[in-house]
Amino acid sequence: MTDITQTPNAPVPSDKPKGGSLFEKDPRTKRRNAAEGRFKMYGIAAIGVGLLMLVVLVTNIVTAGMGAFQQTFLELDVTLLESKLDKKGNRNIDDIKKVSTFGYAPLVSAALESEVEKLGIQTDLKPKKMAGILSKAAMAKLRNYVVANPDEIGKTVSFRFLANSRVDGYIKGRVTRASIANDKSISSEQLDFVDQLIDAGVLYKAFDPDFIFGADASDQRPEAAGIGVSMLGSLFMMLVVLALALPIGVAASIYLEEFAPQNRLTDIIEVNISNLAAVPSIVFGILGLAVFINYMHLPTSAPLVGGLVLTLMTLPTIIISTRASLKAVPPSIRDAALGVGASKMQAVFHHVLPLAAPGILTGTIIGLAQALGETAPLLLIGMVGFIASNPPDGIVEGFLSPNSAMPAQIYEWSKRADPAFYERAWGGIIILLLFLVTMNTIAVILRRRFERRW
Amino acid sequence: MSFVKLSASVLAIAAVSATTAAARDQVQIAGSSTVLPYASIVAEAFGENFDFPTPVVESGGSSAGLKRFCEGVGENTIDVANASRQIRENEIKVCADAGVTDIIEVQIGYDGIVFASDINGNSFEFTPDDWYKALSAQIVVDGALADNPFKTWDQVNPNFPAQPIAAFIPGTKHGTREVFEDKVILAGCEHTGDFDAYLAAAEGDSDKAKKKAAEKACIALRTDGVSVDIDGDYTEALARIDSNKDGIGVFGLAFYENNTDKLQVATMSDVVPSTESISSGEYPVSRPLFFYVKKAHIGVIPGLKEYAEFFVADEIAGPDGPLAEYGLVSDPELVKVQDAVANEATLGGGS
Repeated sequence: MTDITQTPNAPVPSDKPKGGSLFEKDPRTKRRNAAEGRFKMYGIAAIGVGLLMLVVLVTNIVTAGMGAFQQTFLELDVTLLESKLDKKGNRNIDDIKKVSTFGYAPLVSAALESEVEKLGIQTDLKPKKMAGILSKAAMAKLRNYVVANPDEIGKTVSFRFLANSRVDGYIKGRVTRASIANDKSISSEQLDFVDQLIDAGVLYKAFDPDFIFGADASDQRPEAAGIGVSMLGSLFMMLVVLALALPIGVAASIYLEEFAPQNRLTDIIEVNISNLAAVPSIVFGILGLAVFINYMHLPTSAPLVGGLVLTLMTLPTIIISTRASLKAVPPSIRDAALGVGASKMQAVFHHVLPLAAPGILTGTIIGLAQALGETAPLLLIGMVGFIASNPPDGIVEGFLSPNSAMPAQIYEWSKRADPAFYERAWGGIIILLLFLVTMNTIAVILRRRFERRW
Repeated sequence: MSFVKLSASVLAIAAVSATTAAARDQVQIAGSSTVLPYASIVAEAFGENFDFPTPVVESGGSSAGLKRFCEGVGENTIDVANASRQIRENEIKVCADAGVTDIIEVQIGYDGIVFASDINGNSFEFTPDDWYKALSAQIVVDGALADNPFKTWDQVNPNFPAQPIAAFIPGTKHGTREVFEDKVILAGCEHTGDFDAYLAAAEGDSDKAKKKAAEKACIALRTDGVSVDIDGDYTEALARIDSNKDGIGVFGLAFYENNTDKLQVATMSDVVPSTESISSGEYPVSRPLFFYVKKAHIGVIPGLKEYAEFFVADEIAGPDGPLAEYGLVSDPELVKVQDAVANEATLGGGS
């Protein structure tokens, strides 16, 4: 009633309600809707840019790095001449070992020369130049074989040798005749020879398992360098991190979350744990150098020290995620346990911890993945250089003998002069990313399957 | 459960730490990143040909390597320091204070320092004078010392193209920087006659102090962004040239020879740098490379002496060896070096 009297000149409500129809938008609503639409567009654009970057990054990594998984090989029958390898002829292993890898070079040249004759290839190259297309690792492979099988001396054995990095680059299209104009390590005649060998089918590109499982190689033979040994180094470091960071981190968070009194001291500790998570990793490296190496005299470059440093780095991550998952367990569970007469410790270990376990595991795996990709602290404790050259002999050796880690090895490769190492650095990145993606996937799966929502 | 795990792992770590007392069985080397490729080639061949494990070679720079070398004697210290310059008097003193008294100096050969620019850019024929004039902080203009006014190369030398000066030179922590200053900038400073102007302006109590101050002023480089210090490796300088095609970088000969598809080398005083022209002494910018061995570790660390002998053996460091192939200019007096290593001759004449 009052409505009608107060608005005598108002339009008929059923015709046009105050504030406009829901079907007809007034300018203000239009503006708000437009703002919402724009915001959605911004969001989509941001995601689009992110995805585009990811695609660019992944394509870049894959195109630059896939080459490292394939190497150029040359099939060759080598006659293991007794006159060169075992002059006394008594197959004494000490005498055979006296012939150095340099002593094997003539055998390889001779083998290549006879192969050329057999295949009917016409070339003006001298045998030594012909052997120049092979990797220096070929002599080492030959010597290792002979030392391991001294009975084969005098026989002709078939080998698959690596071609040198320039030839490999030529096959992969990185090296061209124009780009080697000033190059002293390879000539255009040698590339002609390579073409002839390809036609004859003895020189070909194939998958190279040694890149994944092999050891690092010196600057002169990038084609032989592999990431396997530094992978082991990373593995041993992760074992140390897991064995130390998980129990210490979980114990610390259980105490802080369930037992510690709420006072100023625990507040300070909590704030500092969060601060610690934000400390740049290089700081932990300096700390590791000062404490573990200079003060405690642990061996330099050892995965044990690397693991200890990374433990310090991972602890805050694990503590924070563990506390979060402990907090997520509803208090009613604790109250129920305490109510039926469990001690506080029984309540925590029998009821709260199992329920929080998936979250703790997820946090731990993410912390490990972070530690796996960390390079900066490793630079300071001597894990960069020509380190990962020997696979460790055993478990203890694995922890203590000098080794590198995957990210440190990638960094080292990217610094070296020969462009072929650059390709291997990208290849190493692919392997490292595969590890990280796998670990994160496991974390996601664990969370999906076991995490309970209340 | 966690406490059981915790104590178990603490015990495990304690046990592992205890075993560190066991003997180290591989040679540990650290130092110059210029020597690193050569040392790693030798280490690899050493591991292949001997029954000793492959030595471990870390980089970090000559000074850092010598500092670690001088930390003391014992298994926790390195056995060999690689250096792209000779050990200094004060470093020998630091060593002696820490108990490292018997040091064997081994000169492995020479390394050339080359000036290279983008392969598709202008080519240059430099003299030390050009570099001094282009990079020194102050030069003589109209008879008086003034801030370096040059912006393009044709202002430095009318024969050069009008290309902006952009130099990527090694940072001060590199041994290469010292050689660049000594053999290029200072040489140019003296040759152009500007040195006398510096000497006249220098302050000091004695003639010697004045000369030192003048030399220091000569090699002070301009800080207006024309010359950029590269503290990383040669790969960083290469990347800079890739993005700034006018850039000219200072590289090691071996690095250039591995990247001839991206770089063209400039001549210095009309000599093209190569292992031949460096070993004959024609090419002026080169420096000797060294490694230093702790005598106290010989016989304690297995394979140390064998490694040192293997490094300077003819088949490795000789003119046809793998090191020369990689870019090292082999020492013409290698036989003397081999004798010195065999006799374990230490610095200061003791043996």
